[in-house]
Amino acid sequence: MHIYANPKRFLSLASWLTPLLFWSGLVLSLGPIAWGLFVVSPDRLMGETVRILFIHVPSAWLGMGGWTGIAISSAALLIWKHPLAALSARAIAVPGMVFTGICLATGSIWGRPTWGTWWEWDGRLTSMLVLLFLYGGYIALAQATSREGGSPKIPAILGIVGAIIVPIINRSVVWWNSLHQPPSLTAGKSAIDAEYLWPLLTATIGFSLLFGAIVLMRMRALIAEQQVEARLRRRALDEDVMRVTTSGMETA
Amino acid sequence: MKAKHQRMTLVVLALIAIVAAGLIAAWALRSQANYFYLPEQMAAEPPSVGQAVRLGGMVAADSIKTAEDGITVNFMVTGNTEDAIPVTYSGILPDLFVEGSGVVAEGSLQSDGTFLATNLLAKHDENYVPRELEGLEGHNQSENYAETVAGLK
Repeated sequence: MHIYANPKRFLSLASWLTPLLFWSGLVLSLGPIAWGLFVVSPDRLMGETVRILFIHVPSAWLGMGGWTGIAISSAALLIWKHPLAALSARAIAVPGMVFTGICLATGSIWGRPTWGTWWEWDGRLTSMLVLLFLYGGYIALAQATSREGGSPKIPAILGIVGAIIVPIINRSVVWWNSLHQPPSLTAGKSAIDAEYLWPLLTATIGFSLLFGAIVLMRMRALIAEQQVEARLRRRALDEDVMRVTTSGMETA
Repeated sequence: MKAKHQRMTLVVLALIAIVAAGLIAAWALRSQANYFYLPEQMAAEPPSVGQAVRLGGMVAADSIKTAEDGITVNFMVTGNTEDAIPVTYSGILPDLFVEGSGVVAEGSLQSDGTFLATNLLAKHDENYVPRELEGLEGHNQSENYAETVAGLK
């Protein structure tokens, strides 16, 4: 990983990886969603609403996977001081929050016809809402520290502490009696019929590739932002010694 | 010890402490954070009469009886044990409310031991089965319903 500490190496990798992830992700996510909407047959109990499955489950997976990524990046920043780790954690946060929101919204829409309620304070729903708020807090903290010139270690600590919510969300339906059903997919066992399972797995892969592409795009944007800032600072140095002190104080 | 290893140890120790704290907190919530009572839990430690609680379990087979007014239904909710709680509810039933499926009833226990529900929620199980396959081997209804409620064996 350390060879990518050089942003030039990372950017040359990202420049061909981004379109590859983006287009393959787009095909692999839109395909199964369309298949799920128009081709699969209705569920024995839920009927047509089962089609939400192909958006709801991949979004939930990315919401939780996103925070796992933030936690790994945060650990890499604190332990190895990897220069890209702070950027990757910040780049993951926004799409992670969006997918958590999609998961909650589609779940609510799905809950109305199947359970008979838009929202209930059960273990799974509540813990997922806590994850959404954690993302919000992380984004605000990361932005504030980078703007005010604070250490990126501050959001990294939140990234690691917040990771506790991921196993809690995962186990919530097992530990507590909940309205949300227990996991359908456990190690080596599926309670989802093959007709739904294959498009679901494909959609999950597709969503993940798309997520990777978004993260790379955001990382490139953040690197570009830093370079602009560094170049402006250098130009100011060349031009005017007086302005160095003021702009240096402003941007530092 | 190199500084990098020192930081690694610190982060790992912090992680272990956080995970342990979180799991202990979640464990302590085990009984409190339940969304509903199972029938055996309600039979063992009945909530006080009139207290708002939720009862969750399976609608017992052949137990749904519609009263003469046409909107009041009576049915039994069962769990893992023999305990069954009679439930009374007046109102519109959710689409997924059928005998042998999961249900969560909001309401309170009455002095005569019946549970007066003010709201019924249907509980879906973790099985996703296309309509055409229902009833085929390996898609047996009773098999599918068996694990509808968390904690039910």
